Amino acid sequence: MIHDIITNPYVIQIFKAVLVFGAVLQIVPGLVYFERRIAAWIQDRVGPNRVGPLGALQPVADVIKLAFKEDITPDGADRWIYRLAPLLVYAPAILAFTVIPVGLDTQAAHFDLGIVFLLTVGSFGVYGLAFGGWASNNKYSLIGGLRASAQMISYEVALGLAVISVVMTAQSIDLQVIVQQQYSAGGTLLGLHLFGFDGFLSWNVFRQPLAAIIFLIASFAETNRLPFDLPECEAELVGGYHTEYSSLKFATFFLGEYVAMLTMSALMVTLFLGGWHMPWLDVPAVMGDASIWTILISIGIFTGKLTFLLFFFIWVRWSFPRFRYDQLMHLGWKILIPLSLGNLGLTALGGILGWNWLIPLPF
Amino acid sequence: MAHDHDHDHDDGPAEPKGPGLAERTYFVPLIKGLANTLHHMFRVDANTQHYPEQRRAPAPGYRGEHRLKRDELGREKCVACFLCSTACPAHCIEIVAEEAPWSDREKRPRLFNIDMMRCIYCGMCEEACPCDAIELTPVFNIPSRTRGEKIYDKERLLSN
Repeated sequence: MIHDIITNPYVIQIFKAVLVFGAVLQIVPGLVYFERRIAAWIQDRVGPNRVGPLGALQPVADVIKLAFKEDITPDGADRWIYRLAPLLVYAPAILAFTVIPVGLDTQAAHFDLGIVFLLTVGSFGVYGLAFGGWASNNKYSLIGGLRASAQMISYEVALGLAVISVVMTAQSIDLQVIVQQQYSAGGTLLGLHLFGFDGFLSWNVFRQPLAAIIFLIASFAETNRLPFDLPECEAELVGGYHTEYSSLKFATFFLGEYVAMLTMSALMVTLFLGGWHMPWLDVPAVMGDASIWTILISIGIFTGKLTFLLFFFIWVRWSFPRFRYDQLMHLGWKILIPLSLGNLGLTALGGILGWNWLIPLPF
Repeated sequence: MAHDHDHDHDDGPAEPKGPGLAERTYFVPLIKGLANTLHHMFRVDANTQHYPEQRRAPAPGYRGEHRLKRDELGREKCVACFLCSTACPAHCIEIVAEEAPWSDREKRPRLFNIDMMRCIYCGMCEEACPCDAIELTPVFNIPSRTRGEKIYDKERLLSN
């Protein structure tokens, strides 16, 4: 009876979905805590260390504080759009995460169109920012929302083109296949087969280095993180599109931004850093394909890579100043998009002419 | 055009060179910046004082809350001469004198109030006092719930 229930595919599917959603939501408070601690260390401060052991309960205190604040809707706000905006930031980000393979056969939703779905849903986030800016009836919010839309649309092009290069390399838009293929493609660097680097040099970051860099930069811009956080720059726009938001609406905005950062990092891991595969160790082969240990270990490996990327996001945020708006647009339109187009063309050419030394394709 | 070949003989100041590709891509500076912040992150930092647990020693001459002193017989030293109240630029000292029951002085304060909310902690009262009866202590962090509590009377000042 119980065996029937737990092996029922729908139950398994629901369990996986709950697990992934729950995990993502639980990671965010920890991420906020680590961001504040790391920021403090980088700036030679101590950071939050009072609430709970080492200050680890600080996010809980933050959330309680936010929940008890007055929820203000400004006069003249477009009420429904004002209420909808935070959800439109948060929902696409977490929905996009569902197709990320966090471990062997561990996705909340596994379907062939993985990467297309992710890009489509992920780009809905811009509506939330634009709506929030528009509906607040505040000039700073409006400018913040405008900047956010312009920036996200601009960088989405470069991001998408970089992703297409990877898709062309992998010959698939299924994220599991892309991950699998990064392990099995074999390790060659510029045509040299380096013994002992199988499953490591086959990562797309080595096969598509330019796409990886473009993707990284564009993902900073997509998540409005610091070198590109013009939509909410405090110095000139108070808080940007969430200037007027308070209480749990602000918390939802905040949550959405962090989930977006999580999703972008997870996508980067999946597309470029070998996903849940460990270099030099074929976990499914060693532990058995259907073993629960395989799944747990692969989730652990994925989490490790994700943690490094998240740390990198935080590290960059507290290292660099913000771009000027024209510099932002210059970088997006005149540098990243031509570069990614060029990379795309090169990948296509390499594929047609069979230049395996340039870009090792799986055929 | 024609002078391209003898570029070196131009007597004008050299044109400043534009930034090279390495500088324009910011690649090296970015790496340097990241290395710098990483270095700071792992630096053991001893600058922060964890305030309630660690308290810093007050600097000599620090001017905190006032104290009225007693003499060796346990009487307040103050003779109600009003010099501190006169010297006070913030007019925060209120004194009402009464006749002293002792033979060595004529007056003593019946009332000696300092409004700590008004006080600017300048120390002029301490300098004006001829009897060395009032002084500023290093105490700086006594909170209160009401403004009334910050008007210190004679007993409060004597016990400070």
